[in-house]
Amino acid sequence: MKIHEYQAKTILKKYGVSVPRGEMAESRDQAESAARSLFDAGASGVVVKAQIHAGGRGKGGGVKIAKSVEEAADLASKILGMTLVTHQTGPEGRVVRRLLIEETLPIERELYLGIVIDRAEAKPVFMASAAGGMEIEQVAAENPNAILKEYITPGLGLEAFQARKLAFQLGLKPQQINQAVQFMTGLYKAFQETDSSLMEINPFITCTDGRLFALDAKMNFDDNGLFRHAELKELRDITEEDPLEVEASKYSLNYIKLDGNVGCMVNGAGLAMATMDIIKYAGGMPANFLDVGGGANAEQVTHAFEILLSDKNVKAVLINIFGGILRVDTLARGVVEAANKTRIQLPVVLRLEGTNVEQGREILKQSGLNFIVAETMKDAAEKVVEAARTR
Amino acid sequence: MLSVVGVFEKLNHRGYRGTQRNGHRVTANRMSILVEKSTRVIVQGLTGREGTFHAKACAEYGTKIVGGVTPGKGGTTHEGWPVFNTVQEAVDKTGADASVIFVPPPFAADAIMEAADAEIELIICITEGIPVLDMVRAWEFLQTRRARLIGPNCPGIISPGKCKIGIMPGHIHREGPVGIVSRSGTLTYEAVYQLTTRGIGQSTAIGIGGDPIIGTNFVDALELFNRDPQTEAVIMIGEIGGNAEETAAEFVKAKMKKPVVGFIAGQTAPPGRRMGHAGAIISGGKGTATEKIAAMEAAGIRVCKSPAEIGETVAAAIGVKVGA
Repeated sequence: MKIHEYQAKTILKKYGVSVPRGEMAESRDQAESAARSLFDAGASGVVVKAQIHAGGRGKGGGVKIAKSVEEAADLASKILGMTLVTHQTGPEGRVVRRLLIEETLPIERELYLGIVIDRAEAKPVFMASAAGGMEIEQVAAENPNAILKEYITPGLGLEAFQARKLAFQLGLKPQQINQAVQFMTGLYKAFQETDSSLMEINPFITCTDGRLFALDAKMNFDDNGLFRHAELKELRDITEEDPLEVEASKYSLNYIKLDGNVGCMVNGAGLAMATMDIIKYAGGMPANFLDVGGGANAEQVTHAFEILLSDKNVKAVLINIFGGILRVDTLARGVVEAANKTRIQLPVVLRLEGTNVEQGREILKQSGLNFIVAETMKDAAEKVVEAARTR
Repeated sequence: MLSVVGVFEKLNHRGYRGTQRNGHRVTANRMSILVEKSTRVIVQGLTGREGTFHAKACAEYGTKIVGGVTPGKGGTTHEGWPVFNTVQEAVDKTGADASVIFVPPPFAADAIMEAADAEIELIICITEGIPVLDMVRAWEFLQTRRARLIGPNCPGIISPGKCKIGIMPGHIHREGPVGIVSRSGTLTYEAVYQLTTRGIGQSTAIGIGGDPIIGTNFVDALELFNRDPQTEAVIMIGEIGGNAEETAAEFVKAKMKKPVVGFIAGQTAPPGRRMGHAGAIISGGKGTATEKIAAMEAAGIRVCKSPAEIGETVAAAIGVKVGA
């Protein structure tokens, strides 16, 4: 799960990580009032920052500096409602609905801090680099030695000596080291206690007056950990997600919208990916990834079907089910119910194998509906691609 | 001569309890890896819906299910099996050497550690949805115990004709010479089905699971298959995310004595999205199917571009002539 920069900063503040003073604004008036508070408190300027779940906002024109309250308000009304296109949003961009109004700071250096799980080591790793403010992946590719790493010992956190090591290696001044230790250990504590999956402070800045700040903050959360973080679940912004994907998540369906015209419904993530692959192999383009999972009942299958059909691009549907936990007859019942409910006109190709397959096939036959039954995955892919092409 | 004691060569043997525990005796050239007819299995979460359903299915297949663990229900029986409060008690009373876990995500990592602490040798965790940081802790704990973990978020392991510990449909499998190691569940069944319908059986099929942190990886399984007399060829089914396939490819190039056929799911997956499995995500450009396929091909693994070709590629690899 992703959250906005302003939400991440609110969380980090609680862990003793210094963030610039600022407030979220959803309207010109709110932005004006936030800017006024900051100027009154002594800020020499404010930054008006678009809040979307994607990076590259500055380059896309979504981050602007204002020297007065009026300027801030004007910028706010320009940026609010704009469709911000960055290299991470795709060409369609995102509509900006929220802003972060923040004080400007006298930046001296821009550094980088990040925390991810190193899968191969099975440990979280705290990364730091003097190359902040730019694409860290580029740095990693061109100059891997520029990225410092400290592995977290499971059951412990980021130890003070590890933070000190990084701080000195980053070239921070002796009088900044204690502040840096508090900052970094606080960051890791936030990561661990929120079941975060990724955290990035880019840039992590030093100011001319010696203070350290998280100028930007990105926090992603492990979806598997959300059950124990009710307060984090509330931070979810569904306007940043695809509406069909939001709908699917209501029914615990794993659905990801893609660009093609062959809809697919599969049980099992690996088989679902392989089904997308074989559709492409047969000359078609998958419209989505959809894993109905092992526990799907007839109702869930119906919902899955309806979501697939809500995608106007879909011209034909492939249902590829290999029943292990998911029984084929359960699925067949769901498909028949869904087909009747939605009165589907599109061609539906079914390829079924596994637990209770004979009962499943019988249910389809008895339904009287016009399903195209395929034998193998190859056969199914070719049939559905052909059906979509001739539609 | 025990040829697969090496499975535990990194661990200290603290002495066996009760009946012979190795379960890896060579019996007249027929072997499999990790499980066999004599493996004694307890079910953590037996009394839940999934635990009950699959315990019965495994027992029907011929697996020796010897009891279950549900804290608070110790002393009762469930579907004829004794239920215990703790894994330790279950092991003491039944001599179990393996455990399969059907415990919900908030408690599953703890269940893994409990089993390891009770000196269970083989832990199979089916549960999907365990928080990653829980697995970081559980994995650390496992380094100090003798257990091998398979999973989590996996379908389990089956040696056809001998033992099934997991949720896979037993009836599509048959005994034979091909080993399978896969991150997927149903895609594995697809591969098994392609083999069985061609008259090619399987020695052992291991689902290693779809999570980013798992107990047994491709390399571990390939090492075991390499030493298993029953296995003549291996299928490796990977997917996007991480670098386990690349690491396995290095092993194959350096050490593997048997043909390996591969498939990588997710050639059409978009970057940055979690494709169902928690571990199936292309991050920062890394973990793409293209990279994995390239690494595997460079190591001499025959990689199928289409999942429909797995069966015929294996048939060719082991020189089996299949009718049109």
